[in-house]
Amino acid sequence: MNSGGMLYNILSLGVPFSVALMLASLGEMFNQRAGVFNLGCEGIMCMGAFLAFLPSFYLKAGPLVPYANLIGFIIAMAAGILLGLLFALVTVTFRADQGIAGIGLQLFGWGVAGVLFRHFVGGVTSLDGVAAWPVPGLSRIPYLGGILFNHTPMAYIAFMLVPASWYLLYKTAWGLKVRAVGTAPRAADSMGINVNRVRYQALMVGGAMAGLGGAYLTLCQARMFADDLVAGRGFIAVALVYFGRWSPVGIMGGALLFSFAQTLQLSIQVGGIKFPYEFAVMLPYVLVIIVLSLARKARMRGPAQLGIPFNREMRY
Amino acid sequence: MNKFKLAYSTGVVLLAVFCAMAVGAIVIKAVGASPMLTYLTIVTGPVQDLFGVTEVLVRAVPLILVALGIAISFRSGIINIGAEGQILMGILAATATALALPGLPKIVLLPLVLLAGAIGGGLWAGIAGVLRAKLGVNEILSTVMLNYIAAQFYTFLLRGPMIDPGELETGSGTPQSLRLPENAWLGRLIPETRLHMGLVLALVLAVAVYFLLWRTTWGLRLRAAGAEAKAARYAGISVDRSLIVAMLFAGAFAGLAGAVEVTGVHHRAIEGISSGYGFAGIVVALFGGLHPAGIVPAAVFFGLLLVGADMTQRTAGVPANMILVLQGVIILAIVSAKMYLNNAYAQERVAKFFARFKAPSVEPMKPGGQS
Amino acid sequence: MKEAVEPITELKLEGITKRFPGILACNNVAMEVRRGEVLALVGENGAGKSTLMNILAGLYQPDAGTITLNGKAVHFRDPNDAYARGIGMVHQNFMLVPNMTVIENVALGLKQHHHFMNLDLKAVKQRILEVSAHHELPVNPDAYIWQLSVGEQQRVELIKTLCFGARLLILDEPTSALTPQETDDLIDRLKRMSAELSIIFISHKLNEVKTLSNRVAILRHGAVVFNGLTVNHTTSELAALMTGREVVLPHNEGMGGGGAVILSARDLKVRGDRGHLALDGLDLELHAGEILGLAGVSGNGQRELAEAISGLRPVESGKVELLDRDMTNRTPSAMIHAGLGYIPEDRHHEGIVPSFTVKENLVLKDFSTRRFSTWCMLKLKEIARNAEFLKERYDIRCSSTSAAGGSLSGGNIQKVILARELAREPKALVAVYPTRGVDMGAQEFIHSQLLARRRAGGGILLISEELEEIMNLSDRIAVIYKGRILKILPSLEATRERLGLLMAGVSDE
Repeated sequence: MNSGGMLYNILSLGVPFSVALMLASLGEMFNQRAGVFNLGCEGIMCMGAFLAFLPSFYLKAGPLVPYANLIGFIIAMAAGILLGLLFALVTVTFRADQGIAGIGLQLFGWGVAGVLFRHFVGGVTSLDGVAAWPVPGLSRIPYLGGILFNHTPMAYIAFMLVPASWYLLYKTAWGLKVRAVGTAPRAADSMGINVNRVRYQALMVGGAMAGLGGAYLTLCQARMFADDLVAGRGFIAVALVYFGRWSPVGIMGGALLFSFAQTLQLSIQVGGIKFPYEFAVMLPYVLVIIVLSLARKARMRGPAQLGIPFNREMRY
Repeated sequence: MNKFKLAYSTGVVLLAVFCAMAVGAIVIKAVGASPMLTYLTIVTGPVQDLFGVTEVLVRAVPLILVALGIAISFRSGIINIGAEGQILMGILAATATALALPGLPKIVLLPLVLLAGAIGGGLWAGIAGVLRAKLGVNEILSTVMLNYIAAQFYTFLLRGPMIDPGELETGSGTPQSLRLPENAWLGRLIPETRLHMGLVLALVLAVAVYFLLWRTTWGLRLRAAGAEAKAARYAGISVDRSLIVAMLFAGAFAGLAGAVEVTGVHHRAIEGISSGYGFAGIVVALFGGLHPAGIVPAAVFFGLLLVGADMTQRTAGVPANMILVLQGVIILAIVSAKMYLNNAYAQERVAKFFARFKAPSVEPMKPGGQS
Repeated sequence: MKEAVEPITELKLEGITKRFPGILACNNVAMEVRRGEVLALVGENGAGKSTLMNILAGLYQPDAGTITLNGKAVHFRDPNDAYARGIGMVHQNFMLVPNMTVIENVALGLKQHHHFMNLDLKAVKQRILEVSAHHELPVNPDAYIWQLSVGEQQRVELIKTLCFGARLLILDEPTSALTPQETDDLIDRLKRMSAELSIIFISHKLNEVKTLSNRVAILRHGAVVFNGLTVNHTTSELAALMTGREVVLPHNEGMGGGGAVILSARDLKVRGDRGHLALDGLDLELHAGEILGLAGVSGNGQRELAEAISGLRPVESGKVELLDRDMTNRTPSAMIHAGLGYIPEDRHHEGIVPSFTVKENLVLKDFSTRRFSTWCMLKLKEIARNAEFLKERYDIRCSSTSAAGGSLSGGNIQKVILARELAREPKALVAVYPTRGVDMGAQEFIHSQLLARRRAGGGILLISEELEEIMNLSDRIAVIYKGRILKILPSLEATRERLGLLMAGVSDE
């Protein structure tokens, strides 16, 4: 296989591979900007992945069949919102430690998805999922067309969510509130902003996007569901927010970087280069650790109150 | 602790457990099973006979060990989620040591093997500790990543270099190592059961951890660093060193748990050996209030849950990984309850609320009325 | 925020009571403010002034009592309600988002719930400029808050509350972080503004109270002990009412020092948190048997100096010497063992471990010495005995030495820290804001302990923002400005005006 072909494979596969990560990470960005980090993102993605799978699995006949995928996306997002709400209840209202609570949510989401899967589906089944939709005209551009414009509609939507998130965060009143609440909640509180309510809202948005990311994994990427489908992507998404310096463009860059690393690993294997399978699978996780180790300066620029619950009555 | 505070604390914990069970019940209902039957099975099933009881204790041993390590780390201000991976590394180190030195007498080999397990787990955790202390890397993320890496490494070794040559010959290819020499086995406590000396070791270590944390200068340093890192620094305590030491301890205990499982129960390294003890250990630690006196009974309780959950598949039709759901929900409930546990403000409010129901000492009660 | 509809002619508080666990912060408080009046709310630290004003500003809910505005009872559930009625507060710690511009900060309070997407920064800027012009408060709307000085930030806070439509301004310790000149400037402004607005200001500085206020209300332990016209009373009368007795703070007669140099800093260059040079070539010498006061507006390097000396912050260049030994960049532990004592700025997070018992906190620096441990095992009996002894000697009020350190009052926590440090008989002691937020009784005690240490031959570097405290206690006074010592004067030659100019960077050479 020539290197030009391998590069093309890496890039054209890497772009859609980055979508699930990017969606979850953009959602987590809103969480963290508001001052809360949600490690349960992984659990939400598991639930989203499973719930998106269900309609296509069940609806074999009837008028709703063509909409099965759409319904899947919607219930995945709904579940994400609910789980985000649960996490908000625990970390914002009950002011629990966000790290541990996140692990609790992850176990919960992973567990529920697994239990329901084992009970309702039983074994690994594959789906048609969502077909790729080449953008008319643009997808015929040589080389770039295949890389950028030959993906599922959800992928295009995901990439459009990057500038949309930027606008939401920097150009709207809500975004202003979110940023204030994560950096100086006392100041926001003194000006009449309901800090806890804004955090709830951010966590619901984050949950919705994580659910959407999970749904993408099932319906557009793997086209099946298994217990270990998400495999840590939710955690990687959280790490990506640090890496992307809490900005939508940075996160998109980080997601692409990670998926290129993954597709590189796949290409190496297919290309017959001798490299133990397990070490190749390890690569993304090692990369996360490396990335986090290098991100020291960045943490200084993160939301100042990240991880600290807000308590108006706290006297010190 | 005065009586009201004790009653209040117990009340809060019970309320948390109740909420957890309620949420679990919803999930159980969703799979069409009966929550009552499921919970009943989980709690009473295992203790029907002696074998069941010993099985509960067999599960409790690694839970105690992992939870002790996690208690040390949490109290020192560093959150170790990597016990799963540390257990695996401990297993690998212990197995490798045992297989490499089969000739040594038991009295030398067994402690060596256990020590190797502790070192294996400790070093793996140490990576995350150093990253946190020197580079400020969030230890939750790094330990979770290390879990995934360890899992892959484990599979690689068990399918490759460490596979039992017998498997290759017969062609069955089960990823497992050679059987450990008998010199490296932990003795049985009760014949005809799987209960082994590891229980004694765990209990001894529980006492040791109590002494370490509350009676030694090292323990004071660790606790100070965990309770208020700034003040600890100002008092001359090296917080960086405390974080690393705490992680080494936490990993060592997890690695030891893995070594104990291998030498006491399975006698060889196999896949699925850690079966979630790493995460369950976190729940046990939290449930036990991060104190050895609470961890031991909590571990037994969770051993009960684990064995019971295995049984629910047959009796109530609930898949075994319901246990993950319960663990997650219990974690959420406990950390939520924490806000109310040490909160003097909330306690006063509750006291005021209940004071309304106390009979006034002087005036006679109006019929059917309250003050 | 909606604009307040009617001007405030009368504001009445009646029977306001507020409890926190174990503390009765406000005890049946009653007071009133009329239009155009300036009311000074006075009391020691911990008397309940801030709590009372936070209730008025809608941040806390009273457990009992009523607030009446223009004759109608009102209830403030949150700051929105308070602002809707025209009550705005400028807090002691500014409520500003540092990495946003002035416009964005003001915009945060001017958006309604339903204007979710709408962010009209131009209109906000317009409003800011209007208010700024009307009240003569110059400000640059496009500046980021972190770029502004403390005085400028305070102006932003004033403009902010005025943009939200405040007719009654509450100011909490407005001059605590200002130089004497900035203070005079602010008082003039407030005098001018009082023509249109009512003002309540909290202060414990009685000379300001005399200058600015029409009426004075004095709080002691959460209850109003006095309410009257300022003009009728002298500052010493007010002081006596504040504390309930005659308090004369111990005074250093000066002429101490002359002993050997125990601590010195030479040409210190130290970086602050944001990477800038917080100390830029600082020289300092502390002699045995003297108190060297360090005066300066906070933010000029005091914190970084204290941290560099104690080994808590790396020194980029220069030397720190303790007892003639080079201790630059040694660990905090080494400094402690060499005989350095440190009373830190933040008693709750730097001075004690709040969840540890008082006993444990008292041995926090000494637990690994042979007195308190053998072979790494703690000697619990000795630790307890030590705690009882120190509790007596230093008058630490706590239910028992097994109580959690964080449950003590601010003054008592400070006494714990003081006890721990002084019991070690340090050769050099760095005391940072030692009586901030502490009631006068504890203040008197702490001052006398510091003077006793000085008599015993120790040297004390006293860093404080209270000029009076520095002038009262020090033998010599050094003024720090932008990371350097601008001048050192004997305290007998130091006057408020002279120090004020130096603190603002005006060298009198």
